[in-house]
Amino acid sequence: MDTSFKWSRFLKFLAQRWDEILQLAGQHLAVVVIALVIALVVGILIGSLVWNRPIGRAAALTAAGIAITIPSLAVLALLSPLLGLGWGPSIVALAFYALLPIIRNTVVGLREVPAQIVESARGMGMGRTRILVSTQLPIAWPVIMAGVRVSAQMTVGIAAIAAYVAGPGLGQYIFTGLSSMGSFNAVNYALTGTVATIILALLIDAAFIVIARVTTSKGLRA
Amino acid sequence: MSDTVHTNTGFFRAISSQSAGVSLELDHVTKHYPGQPAPAVEDFSMSIEPGELIMFVGPSGCGKTTTMKMVNRLIEPTGGSIRIDGKDVLSLNPNELRRHVGYVIQQIGLFPHRTIAENIATVPKMLGWKKERIAERVDELLRTVQLDPAAFANRYPRQLSGGQQQRAGVARALAADPPVMLMDEPFGATDPITRERLQAEFLRLQAEIGKTIIFVTHDFDEAIRMGDRIAVLSDRSRIEQFDTPANILAAPANEYVSSFIGQGAALKRLALMPIAEAKLGPAAGAEGPKISIGDNLRDALDLLVLSGAPRVLVTDADDRTIGTLDQAGISSVLGATVPVVGAPAVTP
Repeated sequence: MDTSFKWSRFLKFLAQRWDEILQLAGQHLAVVVIALVIALVVGILIGSLVWNRPIGRAAALTAAGIAITIPSLAVLALLSPLLGLGWGPSIVALAFYALLPIIRNTVVGLREVPAQIVESARGMGMGRTRILVSTQLPIAWPVIMAGVRVSAQMTVGIAAIAAYVAGPGLGQYIFTGLSSMGSFNAVNYALTGTVATIILALLIDAAFIVIARVTTSKGLRA
Repeated sequence: MSDTVHTNTGFFRAISSQSAGVSLELDHVTKHYPGQPAPAVEDFSMSIEPGELIMFVGPSGCGKTTTMKMVNRLIEPTGGSIRIDGKDVLSLNPNELRRHVGYVIQQIGLFPHRTIAENIATVPKMLGWKKERIAERVDELLRTVQLDPAAFANRYPRQLSGGQQQRAGVARALAADPPVMLMDEPFGATDPITRERLQAEFLRLQAEIGKTIIFVTHDFDEAIRMGDRIAVLSDRSRIEQFDTPANILAAPANEYVSSFIGQGAALKRLALMPIAEAKLGPAAGAEGPKISIGDNLRDALDLLVLSGAPRVLVTDADDRTIGTLDQAGISSVLGATVPVVGAPAVTP
C-alpha cells in the first residue's frame, strides 16, 4: 500500500470530510472562546486586586508565570481524574494558560492610568469600585485586550493538545493522524488538523484586532 | 452609616440649592502623618465668608494643598474641625460631600475615554439628574467657559488644547453648581498668555456665580490678581498674613511676606487701584496723552513714563476730559509723602 503523501488524495480527503472538519473547527473555536471569557473575568479580577499591592502583584505574576511553564499535557493529565474527559478539563486547562497574559496586562494597564485621573475621579465623589469600573478599566482596556490576543493565540495551540483527554476540536485529527502513522490517511489527518488550527489562529487574531478597536473608546486611540 | 447618609440628604439639598457660595470655617485643623516628626498642617484656623475667593499662597511643600484637600476630605484631618455652611464635614459621607464641592487640579484629570460632554456630566449623573437636565446643563456650562457646544461637546480631551482642556475642567467642576470650589493651581500648567486669559475669564465668571473658593497657587502675582483675600502661608501651613491684596502689599506683616511680594510692591499696588481713587487735577486747558478713568493707576504711570509728558488727561466713558493726573498724584495715593513741585505746564 502506498502511504506517501499525494495532493489528489489529500483533496479527496478534504472533500469527503469537509463537514466534520468544519464541525471540529467550530468546537475548537468554542472551547477557546469559553476559556478566554473565563480567563478574562478571572484575570481582570485578580489583576484589579493586586495591581496596587507590590507583594500581591509579585505573587500573582510569579504564580502565573510558573504555571505557564508546566507542560500542557501534564496539566491535562492531572485534571482528567478530577474533571473526567472531554470539554471540562480542556476548558479549565486553557483558561489556566490564558490567565498569565491577561493578569499581567491588566496590572500594566492599570498602573499606566495617570494618577491625576484617579485623583480627579475621587475629588468628584466616585467610590473605589466606581473609579475602577468606569475609569481605570476602560482606560486600561487597550492594554488588557493586547493580553487577551496573546492568550488567544496560546490557547488555540494548546486546545489542539486537549484532544489527548478527548477534548473537542481539531486536535482530534492530529492525534488520529499520529496514532495511525503508516496508515492510508495518517498524513492527511495530521496535516488537516495542523493547517486548520493555524488558519483558525489567524482568523481569531484578526477578529481580536477588530474587537479591540470597536470596544476601545475613540478618545484613547492614538 | 446609612442613617448618617440619609439625614445628610437634606443638608446637601440645602447647600446645592444655594448656587452662590456658603460660609467655610476651618477650626484648629491639623494633619499629622504617622511617622513624621512634624505635622504637615498645624493648628490652621480660618473663617471664609460666603462668595469669597481666598488665595492660599506659599512655597511648594508648605502644606497649602494638604490644607485645601482636607476640606473635601481627600485628606482626613487628624485634629480640628471644618464646617461648610455650619455643618461639620467629618459628619458627612465623603463621596456625597465631594459631589457638592467643585474640584479643579493643575493636571486637569479629564477622563480621556469620555467626550467633553460626558466628562462634564460626571457628577450630575451620579446625583441622578434626568437626561434632559444634564444635556441642558452641559450646553450652558460649555457656553459659560467659552467653548462652543456644537464644536466641543462630542470631542475627546486629547483633541483639545491645554487651555481648552482647563476650561472643560472648570466646567466639569461647576457641573452640579457646587457652592464651594477647591482649585489647586488650576492654571499653573498653561503658558503665560493662556494663563492670563483663563484668569480674567475666571474672574468674570466668579463675579456672576459668586462661589466660595479656595484657590491654591505659588504665584504671588496670580494671588494679587485673583484673590478677594490672600493667605500667605509658610511651613506647616502657618498663616503669616491673611488680608486683602491691597493691604498685604501696603503693609506686609513681616520679612517672610515681604520676601514673597518681591520687587515692585508699589507697582503691584497701583495695578489694583482704579484711576478714580486718585485726586485729579483741574482739566481746564491742560494737554497731554489721554487715559480712561476705568484704567488702573499702573496704566496711568506707564503712560506717563512712556510719553514723557508731565501729566495725563483722564477721560470719562464719553471721551470727555474730566481731570489730569501727574506722578505726584499717583504717589499720594500710595500714601507716600511727595514734595509738591509746582511744575510748569509744558506744551508739546
